[in-house]
Amino acid sequence: MSAAVEDTFGGAGRRTLALPFGGVWRNGLFAAGTWSLTAALSYGLPDVISWGATELFAIIMLVGAGIFLALSVTVHRLGGFGRTLIHYGPWFIVLGLWLGVWEVLTAKLGWLPKPFFSPPQGLLHVYITDWDRLLICIAYTGRLWGLGFFSGILVGFAAGVALGWSKRFAYWGMPLLKLIGPVPASAWIPCTFFIFPSVFHASIFLVALASGIPVAILTAAGVSQVNRSFYDVARTLGADNRFLIFKVAIPASLPNVFVGIFMGLYYSFAVLVVAEMLGAKFGLGWYLQFNTAYSAYANVYAALIIMALICAGLVRLLFVARDRLLGWQKGIL
Amino acid sequence: MALALAEATPVESIALDVEGVSHRYELDGKSLQVLDNVSLTIAPGEFVALLGPSGCGKSTLLRLAAGLETATTGKVLEDGRPITAPNPDRILVFQDATLFPWRTVRANIATGLEARGLLGEKGFRIDEVLKLVKLEGFADFYPHQLSGGMAQRAALARALVNDPKLLLLDEPFGKLDSLTRLRMQNELLDLWKSAGFTALLVTHDVEEALLLADRVIVLSDRPASIVAEIRVDQPHPRRRDDASLVALRRSLLEKLGISHDV
Repeated sequence: MSAAVEDTFGGAGRRTLALPFGGVWRNGLFAAGTWSLTAALSYGLPDVISWGATELFAIIMLVGAGIFLALSVTVHRLGGFGRTLIHYGPWFIVLGLWLGVWEVLTAKLGWLPKPFFSPPQGLLHVYITDWDRLLICIAYTGRLWGLGFFSGILVGFAAGVALGWSKRFAYWGMPLLKLIGPVPASAWIPCTFFIFPSVFHASIFLVALASGIPVAILTAAGVSQVNRSFYDVARTLGADNRFLIFKVAIPASLPNVFVGIFMGLYYSFAVLVVAEMLGAKFGLGWYLQFNTAYSAYANVYAALIIMALICAGLVRLLFVARDRLLGWQKGIL
Repeated sequence: MALALAEATPVESIALDVEGVSHRYELDGKSLQVLDNVSLTIAPGEFVALLGPSGCGKSTLLRLAAGLETATTGKVLEDGRPITAPNPDRILVFQDATLFPWRTVRANIATGLEARGLLGEKGFRIDEVLKLVKLEGFADFYPHQLSGGMAQRAALARALVNDPKLLLLDEPFGKLDSLTRLRMQNELLDLWKSAGFTALLVTHDVEEALLLADRVIVLSDRPASIVAEIRVDQPHPRRRDDASLVALRRSLLEKLGISHDV
């Protein structure tokens, strides 16, 4: 239908259609529509299955709709942030619709039954009733992940530089790395229990291993692939080995290192759950397992969403760091 | 008086002696000889061109002179001392600019000073050479933002900032378009005259050799040995259609094994 309209009016038609609205953000209006529809459905239809937090969910959706309504006339005055909002306009519309469909299929019709499925209001219920425990879990997981990930990429990077630079190091190290690399981190649980003084240390080791190995492999590949002429140039200019490593080999292989860090980030998240299996008392992975055991799947989904958001946020941060450090690549890629 | 002047402006150049040098590479268990008993002497401040077919081993000779490799047999000497390691007194400029892509033009030029810890003392030279190679406005550009000619100028500046006494040029203009090449040849000539370094240029372009060099040395196909040596006495600037240069060109081409109708 809309395609037909576009065909009839062409590009010029679209422009004149947009004009009568003046500075109104149409997608914002539509988003306000879908969000208030979902609010109405949640509030108006009775719950077939009791999940709690029905009113709160409806209110939040309504407030969201109100915000989109306000934004639809003010968004053009918000500069860069406004442009980002406009870019994601279609997503906001679909998000409102999707939450509505999800809500109706679970809580209102009961087609997707408890306990395997949870409506959005069920997740909301988890957040408002269990927020203190979730916060503690986030802190515990954050500590484990931070210690494991950063020590992992640090050791992985140093090992990668050594492997890529020194032939003797590569002779002994590369076969080991190739053997260890494909082994899933969980396979190390038996010996980590024996080697490390505490379960916490063993968990840190598993996370570090998962994030360090891709960094080591890609750094080694990056350093060994550096164009030989760069070394020749630097040597004729009076560079010593130290300069060659720190000012030539490392900056030249940094794009590879970042690919390794990105991979390490994903692996480290995958292994968190396993690492927290080792008798941890708190943590998102522990929370997932604990609630799975009790079939409290709403809690599981709620924790999964938190993990996904944290991971996405960290990926975003890493992109910012990469763009800072690898600004020189702009226009090459 | 003349003596005092000579002392005030020390000659920033060195003599290069190649004595009976043969060189071979080991490739896949096979031995590949690239230089065969090459001997030549280059006076301080002289501009010498090495002319020969592609892949004949000219570049190897430059790598030996730069100290990047040691000759299998024979000696390479600077002012009578054997060359054993790279030294910023002798700088090699490659056919590709090989600028470090992660460094700006300024940082690229600063590499040599930085590596030797002279950045504070001689940092001011960076702006001088930037001006010399006409890249003042491009100091903060990254290499991928430069044209081929600009990149090669930056590479020259990166060498010149170290005040080399011997500049080794490995087909430095080989990948430039013909107009840029002509311009760069003149610029190189001006730099050589003002800086006074010894220059050893490897090229397979007969005209380039005749336009720039005091002496042209013709090398044979691999393994390279010296076939002929021609002195070019014409003063600079030289015209490529000058009758005596045309005659020299013909005889050089013949020595390279190309018939006289070219």
